[in-house]
Amino acid sequence: MAEPAASPEAFSGTSGLAVSLRGVTKVYDSGVAALGPLDLDVGKGEFVSLLGPSGCGKSTALRLIAGLTAPTSGSVRVSRRAGRARAGHSIGFVFQEPTLMPWTTVCENVRLPLKLARAPAAEANARVADVLMQVGLAEFAEAYPRELSGGMKMRVSLARALVTDPDILLMDEPFAALDEITRFRLNNDLLSLWRNLRKTVIFVTHSVFESVYLSQRVVVMTPRPGRISAELRIDAIEPRGEEFRTSAEYAAYCREVSHALAPPQSGQAGS
Amino acid sequence: MTSFETPPLSAEQAAPHGRALRLVRILLPLVVLAAGIALWALVVRLNNIPPYVLPGPGAVFRTLLTDWPLLSQSLATTLVTTLEGFIAAAVGGIALALLFNQSKWLEYSLFPYAVILQVTPVIAIAPLLLIYLPQQTAVIVCAWIVGFFPVLSNTTLGLNSVDRNLAGLFQLYGASRMQTLAYLKLPSALPFMLGGLRIAGGLSLIGAVVAEIAAGSAGAGSGLAYRIAESGYRLNIPRMFAALLLLSAAGIVIYGLLALTSHLVLRRWHESALGKEN
Repeated sequence: MAEPAASPEAFSGTSGLAVSLRGVTKVYDSGVAALGPLDLDVGKGEFVSLLGPSGCGKSTALRLIAGLTAPTSGSVRVSRRAGRARAGHSIGFVFQEPTLMPWTTVCENVRLPLKLARAPAAEANARVADVLMQVGLAEFAEAYPRELSGGMKMRVSLARALVTDPDILLMDEPFAALDEITRFRLNNDLLSLWRNLRKTVIFVTHSVFESVYLSQRVVVMTPRPGRISAELRIDAIEPRGEEFRTSAEYAAYCREVSHALAPPQSGQAGS
Repeated sequence: MTSFETPPLSAEQAAPHGRALRLVRILLPLVVLAAGIALWALVVRLNNIPPYVLPGPGAVFRTLLTDWPLLSQSLATTLVTTLEGFIAAAVGGIALALLFNQSKWLEYSLFPYAVILQVTPVIAIAPLLLIYLPQQTAVIVCAWIVGFFPVLSNTTLGLNSVDRNLAGLFQLYGASRMQTLAYLKLPSALPFMLGGLRIAGGLSLIGAVVAEIAAGSAGAGSGLAYRIAESGYRLNIPRMFAALLLLSAAGIVIYGLLALTSHLVLRRWHESALGKEN
């Protein structure tokens, strides 16, 4: 809260890039170098995963893009659709925890970003109903967060991120705390949402399998300070589904990414 | 590693028969009450204790009925004072907490004095207040002094316990200070605030009683505490007991009402108001 609001620079939407980081570093007040220098470009409509062990600064990178923290040096640029006054409206953020307000209903939780932007009520109602439908929670609009399962809470969180119709969706290990069955289902739902809405997604994860399954590009990061050590394209046929998850192609990609994460010659496994 | 044998759960622990248990929890204190009153009556009768030393329960209840017109008026006076003190404590405590939350400078400057006001015994402040303020105002100020601190400290705690990620979310969506306060901080602080108010309710009654006793010795006032002091001078011990009984009942009702309010406000979402099975 005490952190100064950092508004990332905007650039005009003609370059085809949604996010561009140049020489970005982040050193915390405690003197810990968390990140960088880091260069990263993410194209419009691209699904990119940042993959790495805990403490490699991938969440920090996400918070920098969102403008929740200011970089120590370097530039963070985020494309902004014409007519959008604030960066917040073109970015949706999904935290590791559902981060819902326990004192109010699913519907009011999802409505929050529109309420903060003082959107007209009728428009907001329609929008909320629409996104709740998209994440399959239409009949839980009046439920309280505590009445929902972990997976459903995460869906509410996702709906809230989508309600402003952002261009960029930032997801910080959103499914890490869920069981595998729920995670697989949410992975599939996320992919189909992405296919329909074609938003830019930057997805932070520490799961090799999740990163390969979801993304078009996997960016592997190393810890202390966080740097990019490898980038891999995942050129699998679309749409991906359970068939892809069990294919030899998928396994080969996973092996490749695992090796990039923990090079065999280093002699120690990445945690 | 030593291995322990888990003792089998006893029958009551394993299956608390919901309704029976609740009945027992109501009945047991009532049985204790009845036994206490019976013992009291017995001791008074067997030892032939005169009513001006220790009246029996029967004498106290008779006094309660015969003196009801007088006592009920005093009760009303004390309750009004308590309510005014409580409202002042609630408004003052919450307003100060909000101010402190908005400005660190203000908090650093004033918080020590809030603590000093709290730790100085109110019974020692009351006579001074009675010198400088009109009596009715002095009594309310006393009730406020003892009541506002728990509201202030609990509300401050609540305002500072906001979920960090939710705060980040509000920042991301460019929420204004007022929006963050209204939609995030106040609802987060609500359970703490209600806890503070619950303590303040009882304390306001204590503040009112203390001030009335202090004022009573100066020869004015008509609240229940004043009745107790006055009856003491007149050796009207049964009336002292009757007034004490009413004060105690008033305290219980105040606490019950505030606990009920807290439960009704929080029952949909807060852990403290949810059943254990959830």
